[in-house]
Amino acid sequence: MNVVVCVKQIPDPADPGALDPSTKTLKRDGKLILDESDSYGVEMALQLVDAAGGGEVTLVSMAPNSEVGGLRTALAMGAAKAVLVSDDALKGSDALGTSKVLAKAIERAGAADLILTATESSDGYTGTVPEMVAELMGLPSVTFAKSITIDGGAAKVQRQTEAGYDDVECPLPAVVSVTAGVVEPRYPSFKGIMAAKSKPVDEVTVADLGIDAGAVGWAGGGQEIVEVAEAEAREAGTIVEDDGEGFQKVVDYLSELKVI
Amino acid sequence: MLQFTEEHQMFRQTVRDVVQKEIDPYAEDWERTGDFPAHDLFRRFGELGLLGLEYDERWGGGGADHVYTMIMGEEVGRCASLGVAMALSVQTDMATPSLHLYGSDELREKYLVPAVRGEMVTSIAVSEPDAGSDVAGLRTRAVRDGDEWVINGAKMWITNGTQADWICLLCRTSDEGGYRGMSQIVVPTDTPGFEVSRKLDKLGMRASDTAELVFTDMRVPVSNTIGEVGRGFQQQMTQFQNERMIAAYQMVGATELALERTVQYLKERQAFGAPLLANQSLQYELADLAADLDMMRHHNWAAVAKYERGEDITREATVAKLKAARLARRMADTAVQFHGGMGYVEENWPARFFRDTRLWSIGGGADEVMLRTLARMNGIIGD
Repeated sequence: MNVVVCVKQIPDPADPGALDPSTKTLKRDGKLILDESDSYGVEMALQLVDAAGGGEVTLVSMAPNSEVGGLRTALAMGAAKAVLVSDDALKGSDALGTSKVLAKAIERAGAADLILTATESSDGYTGTVPEMVAELMGLPSVTFAKSITIDGGAAKVQRQTEAGYDDVECPLPAVVSVTAGVVEPRYPSFKGIMAAKSKPVDEVTVADLGIDAGAVGWAGGGQEIVEVAEAEAREAGTIVEDDGEGFQKVVDYLSELKVI
Repeated sequence: MLQFTEEHQMFRQTVRDVVQKEIDPYAEDWERTGDFPAHDLFRRFGELGLLGLEYDERWGGGGADHVYTMIMGEEVGRCASLGVAMALSVQTDMATPSLHLYGSDELREKYLVPAVRGEMVTSIAVSEPDAGSDVAGLRTRAVRDGDEWVINGAKMWITNGTQADWICLLCRTSDEGGYRGMSQIVVPTDTPGFEVSRKLDKLGMRASDTAELVFTDMRVPVSNTIGEVGRGFQQQMTQFQNERMIAAYQMVGATELALERTVQYLKERQAFGAPLLANQSLQYELADLAADLDMMRHHNWAAVAKYERGEDITREATVAKLKAARLARRMADTAVQFHGGMGYVEENWPARFFRDTRLWSIGGGADEVMLRTLARMNGIIGD
């Protein structure tokens, strides 16, 4: 079974990011790391390939400056190879532009039985790319998977909902987005790290993928960032004075939030 | 100057993640119970290839360069229990290097491979109740009887001693006396006559079990001798280099984290209407510690580079052990002082850090032994 996992390489969240004042987008010229959200998809893919008893995991990523730092982490976890799309024409790509590129890169990666993504990236948060990739590739899409099992030519997915989960099933190949935290991503082992060095990364440009540069990046973007403003500071919380009935106020508050 | 590769950096992140997930959440419990599950934890480390980084792949090792050992030492030194950090380094850098370097293939297959996998826990048994830093004074004796050694004696301050599956024992195998006539022998702890006579109640490093061992007519095959009979002292001296360097690497990591945590605390702690860190005297003391930490780290890097070139690093290891332990103690004292009453209670990290770091000026060769070695190297002797 061959699984393609879309992974994003993002600025390290431990170092506060900065916006480029001219483009109003996140600066991505420093070192990039594997988005933690994607590590769950990588882990799930590795588990599915193990369970199938054969096949491999291929990574697909789009990043500036030929960046492979995050890809190496996922390769060290056990993925076999990667396709990296790196091209100046991609600067300013919106979610649709990104999806067009990823869809083509997935095709280049070879016949996939399943395509996994995170539900959203930790830096962009549009949460729309998986569905657009599925649409562009003409494949079924399942979102918010908490578990996936393969049964013949179908994927059985537990899809998270507010109340619990739904059991859904769809034919393969399909695009499934995986919720963060549903599996424990393995640590890259010493041997995995060493092996990752020599695993192939197929670096391509948009032209290699047969995409018109005018259809992606700023040129092809259907969006314009008009203004960027600081988020409002959080307001102080409510302090509940306990007059003997304090617990009731806490219970009421939690009920209102539907937590209990 | 060392060059760190992308792989080195990725490896650092792996060790940091492992420490934060597999040790830190349990450290409080282990400190309280005075024990930690060495077999479970070491197996986890073994699965990730962390217990035999530089060893030959034939014995399950990684064939790595020494930079990886240093990185592992620094990152393990950042864990919440320096006792567990020490226990790990006994497994990787104190009890097994001689076996890897000098052991027979049969011995390495039987004892090194499972140690690298984390399936066997190991100890180094050199110190005795009457002979710690003065190795020449040790009295435990093995007498040959056919194909067996018959061993009698006692060992003291043995890390992992209550949990070990085998120990790397240094004992006398002839009557030559002094540094001559010692051998290193692999002793399985299920050998009749092997006894853990007591578990020691220590000032610090409390999560790490430390034992006194007693041997009574313990019979071990002569083929369990590591390397040459009679060369045990020299082999142990080589093994001590690894011990001293790993201690120095861990103290760099430990000091680094303690400095970060102290700065963070002083930023948050308000006194006299401002964060405590607004006081210049505190800033300068911490800046001075940061400067010393830089120098310590660079000394270690120089030692690593020399080691990688295959040169003798006796001097570098001696300086590293001495100065890294003293730096960590100074950091610990400063952390307690700057945390005030918060640093003096067991519920906060500085108190334990203060007790734990005290060990490294004693264990692995006391400061005075390091100074004695350096005095001789520098011709600072008066007869």
